[in-house]
Amino acid sequence: MSAEKPQGCEVPARPGLRRKGLHACCAPAVATRFLTSQFSLLTFCPLLALMLATSLGLAGCRQDMHDQPKAEPLERSDFFPDGRSARPWVVGTIARGQLREDEHLYTGKVHGRHAETFPFPVDARVLERGRERFDIYCSPCHSRLGDGNGMIVQRGFRRPTSFHDERLRKAPPGYFFDVITNGFGTMFDYADRIVPEDRWAIAAYIKALQLSQNTDPQILTTAERVRIDAMAGTPAGEGGPRQGGSTEEGGR
Amino acid sequence: MSQIFHPSTNTISKVTLLGAVFFLAALLWVFGVIVRSPYVTEANVVRQQPVPFSHKHHVAGLGIECRYCHTTVETSAFAGMPSTKTCMTCHSQIWVDAPILEPVRASYRTDQSIEWTRVNDLPDFAYFNHSIHVKKGIGCETCHGPVDDMALAWRANSLNMEWCLDCHRDPARYVRPRDKVFEIGYKPAEDQRVLGERLMKEYAIDTQRAVLMNCSTCHR
Ligand code: HEC
Ligand code: HEC
Ligand code: HEC
Ligand code: HEC
Ligand code: HEC
Ligand code: HEC
Repeated sequence: MSAEKPQGCEVPARPGLRRKGLHACCAPAVATRFLTSQFSLLTFCPLLALMLATSLGLAGCRQDMHDQPKAEPLERSDFFPDGRSARPWVVGTIARGQLREDEHLYTGKVHGRHAETFPFPVDARVLERGRERFDIYCSPCHSRLGDGNGMIVQRGFRRPTSFHDERLRKAPPGYFFDVITNGFGTMFDYADRIVPEDRWAIAAYIKALQLSQNTDPQILTTAERVRIDAMAGTPAGEGGPRQGGSTEEGGR
Repeated sequence: MSQIFHPSTNTISKVTLLGAVFFLAALLWVFGVIVRSPYVTEANVVRQQPVPFSHKHHVAGLGIECRYCHTTVETSAFAGMPSTKTCMTCHSQIWVDAPILEPVRASYRTDQSIEWTRVNDLPDFAYFNHSIHVKKGIGCETCHGPVDDMALAWRANSLNMEWCLDCHRDPARYVRPRDKVFEIGYKPAEDQRVLGERLMKEYAIDTQRAVLMNCSTCHR
């Protein structure tokens, strides 16, 4: 034992006291012994380094399966010159179920003139759907009331004619369908965003909206008026259009 | 023969052995923290975009609905990204000279797509579908966070499998009425537990977890 003892370092012989007896200058000695012992940190060090590296590496890296050679919607492609993986239809292609033979349903016209009727029966469900779609796609400009004073108009967009204008009140549903499908002046078309059935639902809702703003309250029954008054108490912006739905239930 | 090791090393070696166990555990924990950290999940990391499109401005400021731009979110797996034409329905007249909108106008002129930087992106081996979540009353906000407050979009959740499963195990905590799905800042009018359980029944959500917890639902 004495052979290991560095000079001037007092290591007491009695094990029970060894802690106490350790002097600061023993540190190098203890360290050397410790490092050479079987379970030294030294053995662990490479292992630990490896594990740390693996966990960092595993956490950070993305393997092949993360990015497979398939095209997700709208993903970039280096194969086609325009950089798009989604390909346009070859001109003249008609997908199964997309042959648009029904002139009334798909163009809003009957024998070349704006249709006066709807291609399918309009019930409360259709009107409700129309209200929803109108609020999403049309209200930013035409406002929920259809008076043409929507938020985007307030920010500087050209102001459209109010739907409660005499001319538009007389316009047949096919006209509204046509405007949604092909646009009108500065208004872009919505054909790529609204399917034909929904365009008809919107047209039906606009008709209901027009009626709601131009109906003599006297023709309503008391029960109906009570219902409308109750709805008028709902938060701003909701009461208006809803009234349209209720007066026109089972409309056209 | 003299002793090579001082008796004190007994304690030290025991402590080291024990310490190693703790050290390994700590290492595992560190690993766990790292894989869940924004560094790996990219949660809360704001993305730069070719055009600094602001949801805060368009959604909260102008009141435009999600579906005005993300049109297919109700009907398909993919939520849908607005085409350049969609931007131009308004920007053909609004801010027509703004330099920050030049990439949009250039795209419209040249028919070259704007390349948005993806914010939420699952690995290709995982399958996700928007339409079912929307139909079963899971709000955009539940997964995408306060979108109407994002001047630039960021990912609000880790999108880890752990996160999907946390909800799939018990969706009643999050289900809302269908007409509130697109609302940001929705607060349930009654106790969420009661409401959730009722809506789970009404929307016929898989309460047996036979589908929701099945590996091949998301790995197909
Ligand atoms: C970006 C704003 C904007 C949106 C959104 C919008 N419109 Fe328009 N709309 C206009 C403007 C502006 C006009 C007038 C165009 C003109 O006179 O050049 C117009 C005109 C119309 C007209 C023709 C009015 C007339 O004078 O004959 C109809 C009908 C119409 N819009 C229906 C709709 C419907 C239905 C929707 C929803 C699917 C819709 N609009 C969405 C801006 C908009
Ligand atoms: C005026 C059009 C518009 C509206 C309205 C809109 N968004 Fe977006 N959204 C975008 C555009 C453009 C991007 C791509 C740029 C970006 O990531 O910021 C985007 C990106 C996103 C992304 C990130 C997509 C990704 O890369 O992972 C989410 C999530 C999102 N929108 C959710 C919503 C929600 C929820 C709403 C309704 C509250 C909404 N958006 C309304 C246009 C819109
Ligand atoms: C329904 C109309 C509408 C649509 C669609 C729309 N914007 Fe805007 N956007 C506006 C209006 C209005 C403003 C100006 C707001 C104001 O004056 O306060 C604006 C402002 C902006 C600005 C500058 C202001 C800012 O800091 O946010 C950018 C950039 C922009 N839009 C990008 C886009 C892009 C990209 C798209 C297509 C994904 C888009 N917008 C679609 C109406 C629209
Ligand atoms: C259950 C969680 C969840 C809900 C609810 C949800 N999303 Fe997502 N969203 C995701 C995930 C996950 C992705 C990434 C999909 C991928 O990488 O394939 C994503 C991606 C997107 C994208 C990028 C395009 C895409 O489809 O990959 C948009 C935009 C988006 N979401 C909008 C919305 C809107 C708007 C709503 C509300 C109607 C919504 N999300 C509801 C989880 C959700
Ligand atoms: C906030 C809750 C929530 C989160 C988060 C969530 N889901 Fe869902 N998921 C649902 C609900 C509710 C359903 C509908 C279950 C049903 O119809 O029985 C569902 C259904 C699904 C389905 C269709 C199951 C079927 O019937 O075929 C898939 C696929 C799916 N989720 C994938 C995911 C993935 C992938 C993620 C994570 C990126 C995720 N979900 C995150 C709530 C959630
Ligand atoms: C609700 C959807 C869902 C279900 C159910 C699901 N997973 Fe996953 N899983 C995911 C998503 C999402 C990821 C991708 C997470 C990421 O790395 O962003 C994933 C990733 C994984 C990974 C790769 C992990 C990695 O980091 O690369 C494995 C392995 C895996 N899942 C196995 C399973 C097994 C086994 C089951 C059935 C017990 C299962 N999954 C069920 C959604 C799901």
